[in-house]
Amino acid sequence: MSDYTVLLSQIKHTFGEREVLKGIDISIKPGEIFGLLGPSGAGKTTIIRIITGQIKPSDGLSQLFGTDSSQLDGKLLQKTGMMLDNLGLYERLSCTDNLKLFAAILGADKSMIDIALEKVGLSAAKKQPVSKLSKGMKSRLALARAMLNKPSILFLDEPTSGLDPSTAAEIHRLILEERDRGATIFLTTHNMAEASSLCDNIALLNEGTIIEYGSPAQICRKYDHERKINVTLNDGSELEFSNNSSSADKIYDLLKNDSIKSIHSSEPNLETVFTSLTGRRLEQ
Amino acid sequence: MSNIAAIFLKQIKDTLKNKTVLIQFLMFPLITLVMQNTIKLDNMPENFFVNLFSVMYIGMAPLTSTAAIISEEKETGTLRSLMMSNVSPIQYLVATGGYVFLLCIGGCAILCAAGGYTGSCAAVFMALCAFGTLVSVFLGAAIGVFSTGQMMATSITVPVMLVLSFLPMLSMFNSTIEKIARFFYSQQISTLINKIGDFSLNLESMVIMAANIIITLILFLTAYKKRGLV
Repeated sequence: MSDYTVLLSQIKHTFGEREVLKGIDISIKPGEIFGLLGPSGAGKTTIIRIITGQIKPSDGLSQLFGTDSSQLDGKLLQKTGMMLDNLGLYERLSCTDNLKLFAAILGADKSMIDIALEKVGLSAAKKQPVSKLSKGMKSRLALARAMLNKPSILFLDEPTSGLDPSTAAEIHRLILEERDRGATIFLTTHNMAEASSLCDNIALLNEGTIIEYGSPAQICRKYDHERKINVTLNDGSELEFSNNSSSADKIYDLLKNDSIKSIHSSEPNLETVFTSLTGRRLEQ
Repeated sequence: MSNIAAIFLKQIKDTLKNKTVLIQFLMFPLITLVMQNTIKLDNMPENFFVNLFSVMYIGMAPLTSTAAIISEEKETGTLRSLMMSNVSPIQYLVATGGYVFLLCIGGCAILCAAGGYTGSCAAVFMALCAFGTLVSVFLGAAIGVFSTGQMMATSITVPVMLVLSFLPMLSMFNSTIEKIARFFYSQQISTLINKIGDFSLNLESMVIMAANIIITLILFLTAYKKRGLV
């Protein structure tokens, strides 16, 4: 039995002539929140489809729960929960009917339907057709569907894309609750703040290659070459100092004269790391 | 089996709320009932409207419904959700195709009753309708699988549906059209339904109908191999 819930080794994949994945290595331990970050079209959804056995990679090893992804049977797939980027909900059916269908498919107890709707705050809307729900409510319903069978691993593909901050925060709370229950979370996003706050480990994916892998803090520290201290003076002007001993006397003088309004250090975040590595922003 | 039953049940709920699909199942049987019972013309062949509309029904309803359901599920991403949740392509296709088939057979039963067919005539009528519906379901599935979305599916379905449904009627008025139409299963079914009183299956009909179902199966498998379900 593998120590990893997900294990990808040297995964390569081509669509026609185009090589979309060029040797991907990922290992995710049970209970970990893993974030796969990359711009649109980087290959994030393709990786999920390979892990869940929907497509066979051109080359390399893909395992889920220690089983080759191409050999996953119904029982193992019933241990997974899925929230896709386009949600994939039946618009004409009610929230309850949407969940009833997937409860039957995933082998979840029917009592879980009301529990899941309660958990995501949709009990009052359970009889409403999905077409009448707001985007945030639809996202919460998709998450409820993914959690129906208390999965061992949740695949969340851009779960907060296009949502307002309060709904996104609600989704984050639910994700952390699932992690606390013991579920492994596989999250794809291009939201750096989301990845920094939620993920134990992340991989930065660009043009089919993982360009960085590790914890968000580790990655930021690795690229913390040009540390700066930004000082705002009482007169509103801003000064930038190198974050080393050579700046100490100058900052001390400003402090002594009581002329500093605010002072803070400036470390690179994931966004700046990605931009410096690829020359492009994640949202592109 | 439970996956097939779950998707089948979902289709029933969904169709009841989808007027555009629902109307396709009900329109021809209802129009036939009305016309068969209200329009009586001199020298009009027996069961003229029932026989004519039955062929139109099996050339239209199963074809358009199957293509519409599959292409809509592809476009909205619900099909991908199913595929990623332990539903196999064969389970989905059996559930969807089976659902359309049974619903259309229900419509054919109404048409059969409207024609007053009983006993062996009713059995032959229903068998011919079942065969035609099956071929149309395969063809609709091929179009649905091949299409990337509903718009593409509609643009392919409409001309195919018009050819299959209207050729038998047009062939009544033009012998050249009749010569072409006889290669289609809808024309063969139309011919056989019109001779239902002294029904006999000749070799030509059997060969053409067998060739039609084999060709639609090949079309479906080619579309599936080329595009897959998601």
